[in-house]
Order: sequence, then C-alpha cells, then structure tokens
Amino acid sequence: MASLELSTLVADPSAIDQPYELDSPLKKRRIRLRWGRGTILIIAAAYFILPFYAGMEYSLQRPTGGFSLTPLSQIASAPGFGAALWLSTQLAVITMLGVMVLMVPTVIYVHLRLPRFRRVMEVITTLPIIIPPIAYSVGVLESAPAWLRNSQYLLAVVYVILAMPYVYRSLDSGLGAIDVKTLVEASRSLGSSWLMTIWRVLVPNLRAALMSASVLTLALVFGEFTIANVDNWQTVPVWIYLAPTDNPRINTLVAMIALLATALVLILIVSLDRSQSRKSRRAQ
Amino acid sequence: MTALSNLDSSASPSGVAGPDATSKSGTAGALVRKIRTGAPVVPFLAYVILVLGVPTGTIVAFAFRSNTGGFTWSNIHTILGTTPLTEQYRAGFENSLKLAVVTAVIPGILGTVIAYAISTSEHPAFKRIVSATSGVLAQFGGVNLAFMFIAAFAATNGLITGWLNSIGLDPWNHGWSLYKFWGVAFVYMYFQIPLMVLIITPAFAGLRPAWREAAENLGASRWRFWRHVGVPVLTPAILGSMFLLFGSGFSAYATAEALTGGTISITPIQIGAILQGNVIAGEQNVAYALAFAMIVILLVSVVIYAYLRKRTSRWLL
Repeated sequence: MASLELSTLVADPSAIDQPYELDSPLKKRRIRLRWGRGTILIIAAAYFILPFYAGMEYSLQRPTGGFSLTPLSQIASAPGFGAALWLSTQLAVITMLGVMVLMVPTVIYVHLRLPRFRRVMEVITTLPIIIPPIAYSVGVLESAPAWLRNSQYLLAVVYVILAMPYVYRSLDSGLGAIDVKTLVEASRSLGSSWLMTIWRVLVPNLRAALMSASVLTLALVFGEFTIANVDNWQTVPVWIYLAPTDNPRINTLVAMIALLATALVLILIVSLDRSQSRKSRRAQ
Repeated sequence: MTALSNLDSSASPSGVAGPDATSKSGTAGALVRKIRTGAPVVPFLAYVILVLGVPTGTIVAFAFRSNTGGFTWSNIHTILGTTPLTEQYRAGFENSLKLAVVTAVIPGILGTVIAYAISTSEHPAFKRIVSATSGVLAQFGGVNLAFMFIAAFAATNGLITGWLNSIGLDPWNHGWSLYKFWGVAFVYMYFQIPLMVLIITPAFAGLRPAWREAAENLGASRWRFWRHVGVPVLTPAILGSMFLLFGSGFSAYATAEALTGGTISITPIQIGAILQGNVIAGEQNVAYALAFAMIVILLVSVVIYAYLRKRTSRWLL
C-alpha cells in the first residue's frame, strides 16, 4: 500500500512540478495543519487573555461606567504600598546578585569540565520547583540562626534557592547555543585568567540568557507569597493580599500591573536580543 | 532500530562536553585530581546543603519530636493512625493528591498540544514571546492569579461569569464554584499549562526532521509517523514533565490560600493553619509530620521524573 502510493507519486510528475497547486496533497496538508494549529492557539490565547482582561477591567472601571486611570494614581498613596515596594525591590536586587554569583561560574565550569555533574545539577535545581513552599518556610524558620531569622534579608537568602531552577535552565540553554570550549580556549591561551574569561568573554556572549534569568528572578521575588507571609514580612504580594485599602480595586490593579510589567519586560528583552542577533548575522 | 540507535548516540555528544580529565583511577594522584576537578562546584553545593538541605532535614527531625523534645511516633501516628484528628488530615491528603493529579494530567495534555502547535510555527519571534510569557506565568502565580480570577469568575460580578450567564452557560448554576475543588483546579491550570509548555518545548525541538523524512520516504502517513515514532519517543518526556507538574500542583499554597481564604481542605492549607496558631495546643509538631509526608510523596515523584528524564535523553536533548 505504502509503496504503491510512493510509486504513483513519482509516476505523476505534476505533483513534483507544481507542489503548491491548491489540490496537491502537500498543500492540503499544510492548510489542515495551519487550521488545527490556529484553533488550538486561539483557544489557548482566550484562556490566558480573558481573565487578564477581566482583571484589568475590574480595576480600572468607574462605578458610573466607562474607564478611568485615576486608580493608577491612587496606588502610590495606598497605605503601606511604598514600604512593600521598597522591600521587594531590595530583595529582588540582592537575590539577582546572589544567584548570579553562585550559579554563573558553577554552570560554566560544569559545562566545560564536569559534564557528568550536569544531571546532578539538573535534579538539584528541580527540587526547589516542587518542594512545598509552606513546608520549606517552616524548615527555614526553625533552622535559621536568630540574627538571620529576624532580618528581612533572610527572604533573599531563600529566594536564591527558589530562583535556581529558572536561572539554571536559562544558563544551560544559553551555554548550549555558543561554542564555549573554543571561546574559553582562545581566551585562556591569550593569557587571561578564569575570572577574566568568564567576565569578559562568556558573560557578554550569554547576555540574553542572563537577562531572561534576571527577569524571571524578578518575577519570582515580586510574586512569592507563601514564605514572606509565614515570615511576616510585607512584600508586594503579601501587601496585595492583606492591605486593608478603602478601595479593593487597588489591590487587583497592583496584582495586574505586576504581572503585566514583568511579562512586557521579558518580551522586550527577547525581542531586542532577536533583532541584535539578526543584525550580527547580516554583518557577517 | 538498534543500528539506528547506535548511530544516533555516537552522532550526538552530550552538549559541548570537554575532555574528561578524571577517567584515570587507582592512584593517589587521581584522587587529588578528582578533588581539584570537583572543587569549583563546592560553593554551589554548600549553599544548597545549608539553605535547602538543612531546613528539609529540620522538618524531618521535628516530625519525630515530641513537645518536650524527645523522640516520638505520635505526630506520624496523628496523620496515619486512628486519632480523632486523623480523619481531617487524611481528607486533606486525598484532596491534595486529587488536585495534583487533575492539574498534572489535564494541563500536561493541553500543554503538550499547545507546545506542539507552537513548535510548528514558522515565526521564531512568536516562539520566543510565548516562551517568555510562559516563564512569567509559570512562576508568578499565587495571589495575583487569585485576584485576577475573582474579577473574572466571581459568582455574579465576574466579567466572564456575566458573559456566560447571558448565553445561559453560567457554571455557578451547575454546582461549580470558584472557591471549591474544581474552581481551584481551574485557576491552577493558569500556571500549570505554561509550566508544561516551558518544559516540553525542548523535547519537540529534539524531534529531528530527519526521522519524519525517513518515515515519509518509507511511505508512512502522518498518523503512522506519530503512532510509531513521534509518540513513543516523546512519551517519557511527557510523563516526566507530568510528574513535575504533579509536584508543583501538590505543593502550591498561595493560590489556594488567596482564592479560598484558607477554606479548602488541602494539606498545604492545613499546615498553614497550624502555623498561624489555629490548632489545639500540643499539636504544633503535626505540621512537621504533614510537611514530612508531603516531602516523601514529592521525593517519589522527583525520582520518577529523574528516571524518565534519563530515558528521554536516550533519544532527545
């Protein structure tokens, strides 16, 4: 049966000469594929965009009908919001620095010298995704020394662990896309030290991966609720949940803006990187 | 088949692996070399052990600690045995497991289909935007999603509830509630599907066009290609990812807490309630026993995930 199909296809030259004619089987299949894909993607987009739209509408709607941007200006004066934003920003910066200093040299080294360790790292960096945050927060509070337990920066120490999965995956795929070995050998044979090689050669080449890892870390710090709540620090998500504002729409608005801003920044980064790589390819 | 597999494994070295310097063994020099090779990963390991390992160990130790500090089985007995409290915690575990399975299987399948639809796209920019958005959605989660879904699907005021009501399909009229099991499961999908898309996409990228061309040259239809090549190759990856989703759904706390105000009876919420002091005096250590039980279940799912990943890498990645 199959061979029959094959032979008729070869015997009939029209299929080869005019592959894009509307009645050719190839074209039909492409159209069907496109329809199937379109339907799936539209349904998925509806599920992801509609609740988002509803959240925006709810928080920006005037009681009398129509939209207004005044809730935006009310955010700044909402009690406690400024402090929460400042705390979350500090935690985000510390977490990003911490996770980069810890992960970048390690992942590069494992890629180059210790490939057998890659699977171990993969499993280790999977653990934070699945360890129950509520259980983890209990364990952290019980085991941390008192000076750290009483400091809000304990959260940053813990967030470094939580950020590892995303940072590792970004770095791993970033390293897979460049010829690390050649770059390192070239740099080393020109006499630069390991640190210099990482800082001056590899980091610039990993810019896109590092940027997306940073934004994901930012999203994590600005989204993490469980540990901050158990630990009684009012970060932005805890504020959204607990803040007694006279206008509950403000809380929803802050939640929506945090989500939107992070997504937009990340999309901006990946598209900037895209245009960058196209430019460099054209230059070659 | 075997010939192809041999050919394949020799043609694809894992990553950009450098030469393995530690293959010699038996001498003291080799041991020193081994230690020196391993030294640079020590800071990473030390951090993981201190900040992840020690707290986890503490939970385990406390699960077997009585209120006076001695060793006891009573905490474990409270959740597994036949004390008056057992019923409630067992129900919590049942609900948690059900929620985790539902939000692993359904988003697992949907995420795979969506990832495939995206992987056939010819626009690289579109792919990158989807992966960026998935990354944010997969981990933002929690409180933000709860507020968003309340605005969309609350009983009478929800925007989408209103739309559905006007066409006679209001789910609230059919026993559905945003604040009960299926409502929470529905919201969980909002971060579980993107998580699935994120982790399964590389598997589709590893499905080499050459296999499809080979199958087509041998006369296979689309259906037969998927039946005999595509699905068998992808199955370990899909199953492995579902175990990861199971873990993520089983341990999620923030979304359920913010959505239901802690009224849904799942284990993470029960632990949270004990921590906040809503508990009979002397039962605090039950929280550790519950946390310990969760970790045991999750460890099992990670082991299965790791095994399936190993199976996956025979063909993909």
